[in-house]
Amino acid sequence: MLPVSRTTRLSTAAPAVALHGVVKRFGAVVAVDGLELEVPAGLCYGLLGPNGAGKSTTMRILTGQALADAGDIEVLGHLLPAESKLARARMGVCPQEGNLDVDLGVRDVLDVFARLYRVPAPERTAAVDRALALAGLEQRANDRAVTLSGGMQRRLLIARALIHRPEVVLLDEPTVGLDPQIRQELWSLILALRDDGATVLMSTHYIEEAERLADRVAIMSAGRVVAEGSPAELIRAHAGREVVDVHAPVTQLSALHAQARADGLPTRRSGPAITYLHADSLDGRLPAGARRGATLEDVFVRLTGDYVE
Amino acid sequence: MSSVRVGRIEMPALAAVWVREWTVFKYYWRTRTFAAIVEPVITLLAFGFGFGKLVSSIDGVPYIQFVGTGAVATAVLFSAVFSSMFDALYKRRYQRVYDAMLAAPVDVDEIVTGESLFLGTRAGLYGVAPLLVAFIFGLKPEPAMVLVPFIGVLTGIGFAALGMWFAAMVSTYDGFSYVISGVITPLFLVAGTFFPLNRMPQWLQSLAQLNPLYHCVELVRHCAFGLDPAADMAHVGALCAFAVLAWWLAVWRTRAKLIV
Repeated sequence: MLPVSRTTRLSTAAPAVALHGVVKRFGAVVAVDGLELEVPAGLCYGLLGPNGAGKSTTMRILTGQALADAGDIEVLGHLLPAESKLARARMGVCPQEGNLDVDLGVRDVLDVFARLYRVPAPERTAAVDRALALAGLEQRANDRAVTLSGGMQRRLLIARALIHRPEVVLLDEPTVGLDPQIRQELWSLILALRDDGATVLMSTHYIEEAERLADRVAIMSAGRVVAEGSPAELIRAHAGREVVDVHAPVTQLSALHAQARADGLPTRRSGPAITYLHADSLDGRLPAGARRGATLEDVFVRLTGDYVE
Repeated sequence: MSSVRVGRIEMPALAAVWVREWTVFKYYWRTRTFAAIVEPVITLLAFGFGFGKLVSSIDGVPYIQFVGTGAVATAVLFSAVFSSMFDALYKRRYQRVYDAMLAAPVDVDEIVTGESLFLGTRAGLYGVAPLLVAFIFGLKPEPAMVLVPFIGVLTGIGFAALGMWFAAMVSTYDGFSYVISGVITPLFLVAGTFFPLNRMPQWLQSLAQLNPLYHCVELVRHCAFGLDPAADMAHVGALCAFAVLAWWLAVWRTRAKLIV
């Protein structure tokens, strides 16, 4: 069973990552639109949002690979983009799209990045061995990366990002496209990282992943943060303790939705059903349905999904 | 962790880029070396024997020795420009390893510098092969020939950077058709490798001055058949200017592609 973190860690120190008023346009598309985000040091922080919400662009801004059109960006006290190189030396990055040197052997991949990250020569072999152990790839050290399975390649990507013991780790959709078993292995690895003292900023569009791993979550939609807090706080604030799912033929869902809106009842669409939020405080006013505990998914769809109609 | 400094090209970053190239090379040295050496040697033999039947000597130099010294530049050009342009596009678009490198404390100018130096050095060393073949056909070893690898390396660095510039201007391998047919082939043919330019029309001779390969051909021939210090300093200067210009163009366009 996975260790599940529910404790909200409080930190009074300066945030490890801070973005204020950040705007990034690609031509006519506004990918990041006045982003406000502070990631406290030592937490696992989840950036949750649908595809196109601006998560990956935010990650690329933090590594200096995308230049913001406006706003202030700070990583570990270094101002970006001017001091990006200093920030990058203290950051590890696992990108969404694999970018391994797949033609090289596993050990060579790690050795090259130990050099790129300036691990001093006397410590390099130990750093590579540690990364191999972390990725569970000791037996495959001399095989070419291209021969590894998808899950192993992802573990190698993460181990590569950790070769220099970074203080901040950026994980962009770390488990996208992986089997459930492998996802769970990666989850324990990510929590171990945080417990080791690193600040983890992880983007994901898997709600379960954010709920299990993140001490705090920022929900992004259309380039900005629409809600922020611990998963429990967010659920309490936006969906209440309990919700009611009402299943109905698709043709009737719109009518139910319109009625709820007229009655001032907060709802969210959930496929063939409509979910009434804050059920615990709205007793007697709701149609009959299946009552269950509120989840982060309720919050997520409520806050980001209303535009999909 | 060694200290990182902003806004300058740092040795540890260059060394890391260099070691990455060396590591890749260790996996592929057989194919790369085969292509880089066998092709110019075949060109040399084909022209040397084929044309050699029609033209016995040029300015008192047996034709195969004339081509053998000229083909050094060809070997350097092909090895440097092709490996750098195909590798750079692969690393940017397909394997995306530049993305991974730029997330580390390494900047675009350091990547371009490190890779140009590596590929240029390698090309310069490969460039000696035709000269060795020419020895078999009676070319006399001269002390000044020890300069040939250095000339090759200088030329190679410029052409490796030029290849990176080309790679930064296309989105697919298909895009290289334009530069291969429109730039590289003319450079290769009008450099004085296969025929002496001093019998060509004046306008072509003037145009050849702008061809870096021409300066490389002249320098190598002078090492073999007699130095001309004043002219040779000018040739070295031209090659240096070309390398700096190509490096600058490569950094400028590669940065525009990778940092958006």
